[in-house]
Amino acid sequence: MNRTVYLDNNATTPLLPEVKKHIQEIFDIYGNASSMHTFGRAAGHLIKNARKNVASLINADPSEIIFTGGGSESNNTVLKMIAFPGKQSYGFPKGRKEIITSVIEHPCVLETVKYLSDYGIDVKFLKVDKFGIINPDSLSELISEKTALVSIMMANNEIGTIQNIKKMSEIAHSRGALFHTDAVQAVGKIPVDVADLDIDYLTLSSHKIYGPKGVAALYVKKGSPLSPLIHGGHQESGWRAGTINTMGISGFGKTAEIIKNDITEYSIKYKALRNRLKEGIEKTIPDVSFNGHPDKVLPNTLNVSFAGAEGEASLLYLDMQGIAISTGSACATRTLEPSYVLMATGLGAEMAHGSIRFSLGRETTEDEIDYVLEKLEGIIKNIRSMSTLYSGGKK
Amino acid sequence: MSNTTGQQMDWMYSDTVKEHFMNPKNVLLGDEKSDADGEGLVGDIKCGDQMLILIKVSDGIITDCRWKTYGCASAIASTSILSEMVKGMPLKEAYHIKPKDITAKLNGLPAVKIHCSVLGDKALRSAIEDYYKKTDQENRIEEEKATVICHCMNVTDKDIEKAVKGGVKNYQELQYETKIGTVCGKCKPRAEELLHDYKHLYG
Repeated sequence: MNRTVYLDNNATTPLLPEVKKHIQEIFDIYGNASSMHTFGRAAGHLIKNARKNVASLINADPSEIIFTGGGSESNNTVLKMIAFPGKQSYGFPKGRKEIITSVIEHPCVLETVKYLSDYGIDVKFLKVDKFGIINPDSLSELISEKTALVSIMMANNEIGTIQNIKKMSEIAHSRGALFHTDAVQAVGKIPVDVADLDIDYLTLSSHKIYGPKGVAALYVKKGSPLSPLIHGGHQESGWRAGTINTMGISGFGKTAEIIKNDITEYSIKYKALRNRLKEGIEKTIPDVSFNGHPDKVLPNTLNVSFAGAEGEASLLYLDMQGIAISTGSACATRTLEPSYVLMATGLGAEMAHGSIRFSLGRETTEDEIDYVLEKLEGIIKNIRSMSTLYSGGKK
Repeated sequence: MSNTTGQQMDWMYSDTVKEHFMNPKNVLLGDEKSDADGEGLVGDIKCGDQMLILIKVSDGIITDCRWKTYGCASAIASTSILSEMVKGMPLKEAYHIKPKDITAKLNGLPAVKIHCSVLGDKALRSAIEDYYKKTDQENRIEEEKATVICHCMNVTDKDIEKAVKGGVKNYQELQYETKIGTVCGKCKPRAEELLHDYKHLYG
């Protein structure tokens, strides 16, 4: 067994060859980007370029981009500002101590708001429908003059469902609240335009878009308030202390520069491959259900549940065939609970345990999809033949 | 794509688990019928695992053991290895198999896996009781007078009592002896109370 097929691109992506080459080329630029001398300026030049390219990817101004150490840090920065606003002189919704978010956010949002609830922050959660969609009207009902911030992910990592961010930002602003979106899964897969969306903050991450790990950005709209999470230096205009990660940020900039031009092209490619996978599964495997919204979904993400076949077993049998995917089964998590995202959509425990997420990447080919289909059919059949919940081809 | 990493890297499971996961023994496949003398089904789908164990009995000895399971790799492997363990075993002995006996045979399981995957001992116990009921030997069913303290490792107050009688002095020793509280740890306060009580009695 030598073949490998990587279909876990929502977890992370490989470096683009051009990005790898670019990072190799700048290995020796060791100056501190904050220094005024030639060495420092050489690094500073790379950062300036990266900032321009990352900004351009989401139609922001370079001055609106703050580099951070990861998507989790970007999200933490925005959320914790509500509890610890510092001496905000402009734009901060003073006296407001409430955050509204959704039940399907990434743990770095859910765990952070849980932490903040011990520091005087009231947290309210928006629910989702069976497709994972948040009805903007439910935000209108929940929001009040106490709400400081609304934070809603643009696209979900597990099921790929895309939210109506523009509408929800409009609702937040109309009630005097700030609006943040975690767009780490959306950026690079669908067009994202912060000017059009009219939002205050957006999180995007390098390693989800074929750049290096350990680097991300926070978009902060000009004039929107911010308070640093990490204090201690004047880097990033004082918003994020810590010596500039030249290689990481410059690699991030490089990938942003490249993928910006072909989002639409890849979106078409992803859709075709996703359909091939979906139709192939429908044709060869009975008793499956597809999770997430049929249309408002990331073009590369297919989440499917197999009745009677537990997900971790599927994952490991697929892994033996060189195929990498992920599952919403409790057996594959540390919490021993099935995916909270799938459970929030009302999926039963058995189907949540039996869920598999395929997330396609730029390198994915038709041939790979066919290979996966070929192996998957036998693996599911085998697991089901052992299962107490499934026998003889019928439930 | 580069193939230099991954394939040969550490699995989260032991080689024994991997072997039983890849080639499970004694599975009752598909709609295959069984003329079992006793059967037991346990498990909670919410937790993600369910096990069915079927036994054939002759002269008080388990002559065959077949099974089905809905669950992850460790659930499949632990049921598979249990089915091998009990063949030829007297009912009386099989009746008292504990999760730690199964995990020992598997050369260990990751702590997080033990909680919901090792249901085999309970399914087996239920199959044996089913056999006793069917053969008018209900008097052999041992009343579960003991109270389970550690649900993850199925350790009862009786087990703690026995351990203390055996010389266990503190919580660490109790954990070593019974594996109590080695998974979620929620039972620790109650276990320490009981440890204190039994030490008082037998100390």
